[in-house]
Amino acid sequence: MRTAGSRTASILAPVILGVLVLVLWQLAVVGLHIKPYVLPSPTAIWEQFVRAFDTVWSGTRVTGTNALIGLLLGAVLGILAAIVSALLRVFDELTLPIVTAMSVVPIVALAPVLYAMFGAGAETGRQLIAALAVFIPVYVNTLRGLRQVRPVHRDLMRAYAATSWQATRTVTLPGALPFLFTGLRIASSLAVISALIAEYFGGPVDGLGKSITSAASYSNYALAYAFVLGSIVLGLVFYCVTLALEKLATRHRPSLS
Amino acid sequence: MSGLSSDRRRRPRIETSTETGLAVQVTGATKVFSVARGKQVVALEGIDLGVAPGEFVSLIGPSGCGKSTLLRLIADLDQPTSGTVSVFGKTARQARIDQDYGIAFQQAGLLPWRTVAGNIELPLELHRASTAARRMRVAELLALVGLSDFADRYPDQLSGGMQQRVAIARSLAESPELLLMDEPFGALDEMTRERMQNELVRICAETGAAVVFVTHSIPEAVFLSDRVVVMSPRPGRVREVIPVDLGSAEDRGDDLREATGFFTAVSAVREALHGSPTETGAPARGVDNR
Repeated sequence: MRTAGSRTASILAPVILGVLVLVLWQLAVVGLHIKPYVLPSPTAIWEQFVRAFDTVWSGTRVTGTNALIGLLLGAVLGILAAIVSALLRVFDELTLPIVTAMSVVPIVALAPVLYAMFGAGAETGRQLIAALAVFIPVYVNTLRGLRQVRPVHRDLMRAYAATSWQATRTVTLPGALPFLFTGLRIASSLAVISALIAEYFGGPVDGLGKSITSAASYSNYALAYAFVLGSIVLGLVFYCVTLALEKLATRHRPSLS
Repeated sequence: MSGLSSDRRRRPRIETSTETGLAVQVTGATKVFSVARGKQVVALEGIDLGVAPGEFVSLIGPSGCGKSTLLRLIADLDQPTSGTVSVFGKTARQARIDQDYGIAFQQAGLLPWRTVAGNIELPLELHRASTAARRMRVAELLALVGLSDFADRYPDQLSGGMQQRVAIARSLAESPELLLMDEPFGALDEMTRERMQNELVRICAETGAAVVFVTHSIPEAVFLSDRVVVMSPRPGRVREVIPVDLGSAEDRGDDLREATGFFTAVSAVREALHGSPTETGAPARGVDNR
């Protein structure tokens, strides 16, 4: 149990550090006459962020939607695949090498191929890339959770003559939830990163990633950083929402770690 | 879903009457476990045991005597290597499928994401009882185990004793004629344990269920049981069956724990457990003499 004082300190300390860094950054840029194409000052970035807020917001919406669709799609597929793997050992053995292989593939590398597959005007490729990136941590964590059924619960389900689906639904799935949400929290950042990086390789020109590259290519570095700021906020929102879900799912559980 | 009535104990059991009329009949049961490198461990050898309807039978013995294994055979959580186990005249498997028994383990084994009420109604839910019937039955059971005020709490908000009471209520949910209990009070402190024993005697009288109760506490076995089955280890065998006649449930209170009959029975079980040294080679270990 942390005391109220130490909790305040643990929030305050990084905030102070952050402010300090921003102040030093500003002083360095102004004092050392650093050129904007090397590093724009925080105030310049903020100015651009406020001025171009509508553009940043619409870019955030596009990238955010892609990441969200990818997150949902990848999570649903990952959960379903984990359930099948947990129920059928054969399926698990079949998919293990594929999943292992997939987890070492830089998935954004597929972007150009997918743009060719679905047409350069469609967001589908980006959403699929996010979904693929999400699939792996969700699958791996959920499967781990599904394998954690306590023997006493397994005995109970057998004593109740529960069908295998009933046992899955009442014991195995809820027991795996904390693991699933941990996977989802890890996956949420991956979804945003993948959806954003995928934009660097082509496709429609409307997301944050594309806006960063085009602002940079027009030498508008402060604006590029403003879009980066938007991406950071987007990533944080995804992370915090999934973190909150994870906390909610583990409310009445003894701690897992 | 019948209510709890004290006359159930004496009710004629048409649906369960068989040639033997026993709630549990174990005949020549042997259980061999294969362990590492092809080695085999004989957990149970030639077990014969009959439990009458409404009878309370305790299985007692040192660690490794196979008492839990025997309970698991009756529950059809494991199958005997040879011999037969029948429950209400059916195979153990059929009895499990027909939900003829309720079961409780040393670990309460509650689902932490369900409330107390949600945990108790779990078996009813699995067997598709209607919502209204479930709600009624859960209220009855909560009253029975004295947890009516805790229906909406979660297991992590309860003490160990309260969790175990929830587990017992859950095992009674479908008004089983047979209760299987594997050291349900084993993890509780002595005071909670005695209180739980008093409650169990009362509950058994109210429900009229037969009970097979695994324990390693002699006083607990004596206090609760009509008969105490004393087992010996390696291989697990029934060494002696000791009838304990301590009167009906109404007479079994804390006074009984001080009564002469109680101590006589405790001594009898203790002697049976420790046996004569020439027979066992060493005194039984792992038995709780408290």
